[in-house]
Amino acid sequence: MNSSMAEAKATTKEPILQAEGLTKAYENGAIPVLHGVSLQVYPQQTVALCGPSGCGKSTLLHLLGGLDAADAGEIVVRGQPLRPGRMVQNMLRHQVGFVFQLHNLLPDLTLTENCLIPTVAAGVPRAEAMERLHQLADRTGLSHRLQQRIQKLSGGERQRTALCRALMNRPSILLADEPTGALDEATSRQIFALLLELVDREGITLVMATHDRALAARCDRLLEMHDGKMMDGAGSGARTAG
Amino acid sequence: MIFLRLILTNLSRHRIRTAISVAGIAFAVAAMLTVVTILQGAVGMFSSLLSADSQIVVFERNVADLFFSSVPQSAMDAIPTWALVEHANPVLFGIVASPTQPIITCFGVTATDTRLTRATWVAGSDAAFHAAGQATGKVEDSSQGADSVVLGERAAEFLHAQLHSTIALGNGHFTVGGILRTRNGFEDGGVFMPLATAQRFFHKQGIASVVTVKLHHPSDAAAFKARLQREFPTLIALEDQEFNNSYSQFKILKATAWAVGLAGVLMGGLGVANTMIMSVFTRIREIAILRVNGFSPLQLTALILGEAAVVSFTGSVVGLGTGVLAVMVLKSVPMLHGYVDATMSPGLLLAVTALATGTGIAGALYPAAYAMRVRPVEALRFE
Ligand SMILES: Nc1ncnc2c1ncn2[C@@H]1O[C@H](COP(=O)(O)OP(=O)(O)OP(=O)(O)O)[C@@H](O)[C@H]1O
Ligand SMILES: [Mg+2]
Repeated sequence: MNSSMAEAKATTKEPILQAEGLTKAYENGAIPVLHGVSLQVYPQQTVALCGPSGCGKSTLLHLLGGLDAADAGEIVVRGQPLRPGRMVQNMLRHQVGFVFQLHNLLPDLTLTENCLIPTVAAGVPRAEAMERLHQLADRTGLSHRLQQRIQKLSGGERQRTALCRALMNRPSILLADEPTGALDEATSRQIFALLLELVDREGITLVMATHDRALAARCDRLLEMHDGKMMDGAGSGARTAG
Repeated sequence: MIFLRLILTNLSRHRIRTAISVAGIAFAVAAMLTVVTILQGAVGMFSSLLSADSQIVVFERNVADLFFSSVPQSAMDAIPTWALVEHANPVLFGIVASPTQPIITCFGVTATDTRLTRATWVAGSDAAFHAAGQATGKVEDSSQGADSVVLGERAAEFLHAQLHSTIALGNGHFTVGGILRTRNGFEDGGVFMPLATAQRFFHKQGIASVVTVKLHHPSDAAAFKARLQREFPTLIALEDQEFNNSYSQFKILKATAWAVGLAGVLMGGLGVANTMIMSVFTRIREIAILRVNGFSPLQLTALILGEAAVVSFTGSVVGLGTGVLAVMVLKSVPMLHGYVDATMSPGLLLAVTALATGTGIAGALYPAAYAMRVRPVEALRFE
C-alpha cells in the first residue's frame, strides 16, 4: 500500500475508530498507565502502535476493543460512543476481532471448533460459518488441518488459526497485540505478510501493537507511545512512518 | 453443537472429577429411591391391611403404635350391634419368631373377617376359624393337639410349610389349616390365627388391637365417631384417610424417608457445586477467551449450567438404575419378605430425577455467577 492511497483514505472518510483523552490506572489509581490518549483511525488504515515495554500499548488496545473500561475519556466506534454492556458485546461479535501474542485458542478443541466459537456466540448459521471458515482456511493455508486439535499444530499454524478466528464474523476492525511476538523471525514475517494481505483484501482496519520496527514500517501509520501518552502529533492521522 | 462440545470436552478433561460427582448424585438418587420406595410400600401395605373392606379403624387413644393398642371386649361386643354399622371385625396384631424367621406378623381374626372370606385359597380352608369361633369363651386345653392357623402364601414359602404340616412359632406349635394368597405383602408374609387363639398365645385375653368397621352409609362416619366418643372415651375412631395422615408411625416413616432422601440429594448437589467451582476456577482463561470472542454472560451461564445438568442428569439415570436394582435385591432377601413392596411409580422416578438434576444445577449457580464476573483482560494477562 502506498502513501498517497493511505492519505486518500484518511481524508475522504470519517474516522472508524476514535479515542479522546483516555486515562487508565490500575490498582485503584496506584498504577497510572494512560494519561489522556487521543487518536483517530480511518477506515482501512493499517496502524502500528510502538513504544517501550510497559508504555500502555496493550492497555490501549483493550480499551479500544471494549475489554476494559477507561477511567476517563471517550471512545467512538463508527460514530457511536462505546458503552459497556450490550454494545461491547455486539462490537466483539460483529465489529472487532482480536489477535494476541499468545494464540489464546482452546487446546482441546479442533481448529474448526475454535474458529466456530465466535460464530456460535453471534448466532451465525452453521453452513454460513463453515463456508467462511473454508474461505479463510484456504487463504491461510490451513485447509488440510481443519480437524486437527490445536495441541498438534505448530506455533505458526496456531497463530494463523487465531487470525482466522478473529476474522470469522467479518469484523471491520482488527486489534492485534504483538501478533507475531511469540514466533521466530521467519515465521513472524510470513504471518505478518498474511495478516496484511487479509486485512487489505477484506478492507479491514488494523491497529497493531508491535516492537518490531520492520513490521511497523510496513503499516500505513506509526503511532509512537511513551509513558502512557502519544508522542507529539502521533494520533492525528498523518502518516508518520515510512 | 459447539456448546455441547465445549461441555463434553471440559467434562472429559477431568474424567475422575466428573465420575466422582456423577457418582455422588447417583448415590443420592439411589438412596432416596430405595428408602422412599420401601417405606412408602410399607406404609401403603400397612394401611391397606387395616382398611380391607372397611372405612373406619377403632383403636386406643394416644398409643404410639397399633401393636400396643387395646380395644376391650365390651367394645368388640357393642360396636357390631350399633345400627350404623354394617360389620365390624376385631383384629389382634402380634409378632412372633420362628426358628428361621425373626419377625413374623400374626393376625388374630374372626371367621367373618374379609381377609378370610374373600381370600384366594391356595390350599385348605378357614374351617379352623369357624371351629374356634364356636369355642370362644371356653377355657381351651391346647395340649390335646396343635391349634390350627392359616398362612399367607409367602409365609408358607419361607416357613417351608404345606397344608397340615406343623410349624413352630414362638414357643408354640401349630398345624397349617390353610394357605391363602393376598395382594398385601404384610398379609402374604403373615400368620392368621383365630382371634381366641391369638389372644391366648399373646396373653391378651379379651383384647383386640383394632376394630375395623364398615358403615351402611359412609356419611354416618361423624355420627359413629360421636357415639364412640360417648360410650368408649378411651378409644378413637379414624377414617382410613385420616388414619393414614395422622398415625404417628406413618408420619415418622414418611418424614424420615424424605429427610434421608433429601439429605442425600443435597449432598449430591454439593458435590456438583464443588465440581463446578473447580471447573470454573481452573478455566478462567478459557472463559475469558470465550468472552473476547463474543460470548455473552448469559451464554456462559448456559454453558456452566449445562455442564452441571449433564453431570447431574447422568448421575440421576445411573442412580435410578442402581436404586431399582437395590430394591429388587432387597425384595429377594427372605428376611424382608412381605415388607418390601417395590412398586415404583413413574411419578416418584420423575420427581427424584427432577430433584437431583435441579439440585445439581442449583449447585452451579454460584460458579456461573463467578464466571460472569471474570474480567477477560486480567484473565488473559496471565499464562
Ligand atoms: N491488571 C493490571 N494490574 C496492574 N497493573 C497492570 C495491569 N495491567 C497492566 N498493568 C501495568 O500497566 C503498565 C502498562 O501495561 P501494558 O501491558 O499496557 O504495556 P505494554 O505497552 O503493552 O507493554 P509490553 O510492550 O511489554 O507488552 C505496565 O506497567 C503493567 O505492569
Ligand atoms: Mg503489551
